[in-house]
Amino acid sequence: MTDPIIKFDKVVKRFGDLTVLDELDFEVKRGEKVSIIGPSGSGKSTVLRILMTLEGIQDGMVTVDGEPLWHQQGTNGLEPASEAHLRKMRGRLGMVFQQFNLFPHMTVLRNITEAPVKVLGMSKKDARVRAEELLERVGLADQASKYPHQLSGGQQQRVGIARALAMRPDILLFDEPTSALDPELVGEVLTVIGQLAEEHDLTMLLVTHEMRFAREVSDRVCFFDQGRIREQGAPEDLFTAPTEERTREFLKAVLN
Amino acid sequence: MTWTDYIPPLLEGAWVTVQLTLYSTVLGAVLAFVFGIGKLSPNWAFKAVSVAYIELFRGTSLLVQLFWLYFALPMAGMAMGIDLRLPPVLAGVLALGLNIGAYGAEVVRGAIAAVHQDQHEAARALNFSPRQTLWTIVIPQAIPEMMPSFGNLAVQNLKDTALVSLISLGDLTFRAEQIRNFTQDSTTIYSMLLVMYFAMALVVTVIMRGLERYASRWRTARS
Amino acid sequence: MLFGFEWDLSSPLAFAISIMPILLTGMLVTIQAAVLGFAVALVLGLVWAVLKSAPIRLIAWPATVITEFIRDTPLLVQLFFLYYVLPEYGIILPAFMTGALALGIQYSAYTAEVYRAGLQAVPADQHEAARALNLSTARTFTHIVVPQAIPRIVPAMGNYLVSIMKDVPVLSVVTVLEMLNVAKIVGDRTFDYLIPLSLVGGLYLIMTLVASAGVRLLDDWLPKQGIPLK
Ligand SMILES: Nc1ncnc2c1ncn2[C@@H]1O[C@H](COP(=O)(O)OP(=O)(O)O)[C@@H](O)[C@H]1O
Ligand SMILES: [Mg+2]
Repeated sequence: MTDPIIKFDKVVKRFGDLTVLDELDFEVKRGEKVSIIGPSGSGKSTVLRILMTLEGIQDGMVTVDGEPLWHQQGTNGLEPASEAHLRKMRGRLGMVFQQFNLFPHMTVLRNITEAPVKVLGMSKKDARVRAEELLERVGLADQASKYPHQLSGGQQQRVGIARALAMRPDILLFDEPTSALDPELVGEVLTVIGQLAEEHDLTMLLVTHEMRFAREVSDRVCFFDQGRIREQGAPEDLFTAPTEERTREFLKAVLN
Repeated sequence: MTWTDYIPPLLEGAWVTVQLTLYSTVLGAVLAFVFGIGKLSPNWAFKAVSVAYIELFRGTSLLVQLFWLYFALPMAGMAMGIDLRLPPVLAGVLALGLNIGAYGAEVVRGAIAAVHQDQHEAARALNFSPRQTLWTIVIPQAIPEMMPSFGNLAVQNLKDTALVSLISLGDLTFRAEQIRNFTQDSTTIYSMLLVMYFAMALVVTVIMRGLERYASRWRTARS
Repeated sequence: MLFGFEWDLSSPLAFAISIMPILLTGMLVTIQAAVLGFAVALVLGLVWAVLKSAPIRLIAWPATVITEFIRDTPLLVQLFFLYYVLPEYGIILPAFMTGALALGIQYSAYTAEVYRAGLQAVPADQHEAARALNLSTARTFTHIVVPQAIPRIVPAMGNYLVSIMKDVPVLSVVTVLEMLNVAKIVGDRTFDYLIPLSLVGGLYLIMTLVASAGVRLLDDWLPKQGIPLK
């Protein structure tokens, strides 16, 4: 299967008069780790949010795993996707949020088991075993019975990652997962994401301002500017020899 | 008769007041959730019914509602050929519950709407259905926000039960009126009556605080 | 016949139309009682608020207990108390006055809170700024605190006026001829409660909608940053 697992084809996204994505073309291969960098407001989050079906699109086509995301086959060709279709497609994706978005009224363990039990119909026991495995993996085995507010930001974000993984997504989306963290807590979260990047099945899309990290973990880096991909390529090329002036300016600004 | 002789009949009435408060508060809470959720529903019919209910019962007076259910409804029933005569207890519980439910619905609506959009997005990303999102993610977080207002409404409801004495239901106020008619000892009786309502209100407040603490225990868990 | 108006029982519609003047006469009494009760609540509530925030515990404490007591006991019982107990001490008021007084007392417990919340919501740095400008405590209060508190207080008070309006029917138990009582009397005499009571419900809806709209307009009109008193 060499088909891309994610494909944006001339995708247009507008908020009122503001065009955020302007005929965006964008592809990601299965198992590929792609970092998205770019100035604030350039549409990076919007790309992830469209994939997670948190935002609709106005024109063009998004395909996930060969199936249209925001459309479905109707009797007269493609129609806007129904909620049932979106639900089916959503199962393939998981998302890690900038503000963690944990459920504050549930323990760490329930944060992770709730969706597998309620949505996937997993037994409570299996979900628990799986959650404990995941907590082990993100280094929080001893925090299962705490509530989110009892954890540090870095710990909360690692729970956020475990929660997303519990749904066994093919594609994992990270929207600036370390931006809300105190500097000393960034490392522990990046370590966990770095370990995930070594799994070759998992496709990862990572919006980040951590340039060094992006360079280490990604197969490809895309520089977003004003709703388009201004430049993309292997990290060594893009970071050491950007061809576009805008990329150079941006990198100069963030690397200092 | 001395004031101690008033106690047994007053306690009998107080028991009726307690029951009325309990039933109508439970009815009101159910209505509050149904129509508070309804007012936020994407289903326009459900939403319209909810808005109409809330406006109707908040926009008119409780005593008007009580009299309407007790005196006017049977006549509406007669016109339609149905027997809609309600026993005073039922009319009382219905009027109190419908009234407090309308105020409660606004509380429920407000608390649900105040749950942060982030929580809806996290739920959607985990593929919870809208219904699951509402009941497992949103409402448990909204309940602690509702509790202080619910506490006030429960006390309000306790006070409002006094009105059912006007459709000759033997509650605390009704019993006090009977004794006063008999003994003309207004000062003693009404002082006792006020103190008894105050004591019951304190109990209701304590119970509601306990429920509030229970519903928000996740907020106060310590590391 | 009531208030000199005859009812016409020839058809439901004729009946409804014929009793409208009677109900409107009652409505006038309802509005009068509400406004008078509201005035009492505004004044008495301010007294409570001042006493409750007194620096002397011996004053603040009783005021707090009294307002709590007023707030936690039924209007109907307070009304009975005033109506039957005051005359025993030689204070004889007309029923309407007793009723308005009961409304005012009940709601003074609520308006006291509004005053307190409104005054406390003025940020502390405003007090500090006033001190830096060397304004006296009294001048700070009248020129800085009160003007900023007014826009917070007025809409909340407006909502209580609407609530008081809805509580006026309780006064019917002491023979005040407000709207519900009038409708009930019409019902007692014609054996038709449905039309008078439904009309009262409709008129109440109109009254509260109009009053609430008025409160909203007032709220929009009041400048949020405060009103200069001069
Ligand atoms: N819900 C929304 N309503 C209106 N404008 C929005 C909304 N979400 C995002 N935008 C706008 O879209 C643009 C791109 O946003 P975003 O994708 O969040 O940028 P980035 O993540 O690159 O900082 C910004 O100008 C932002 O203000
Ligand atoms: Mg963003």
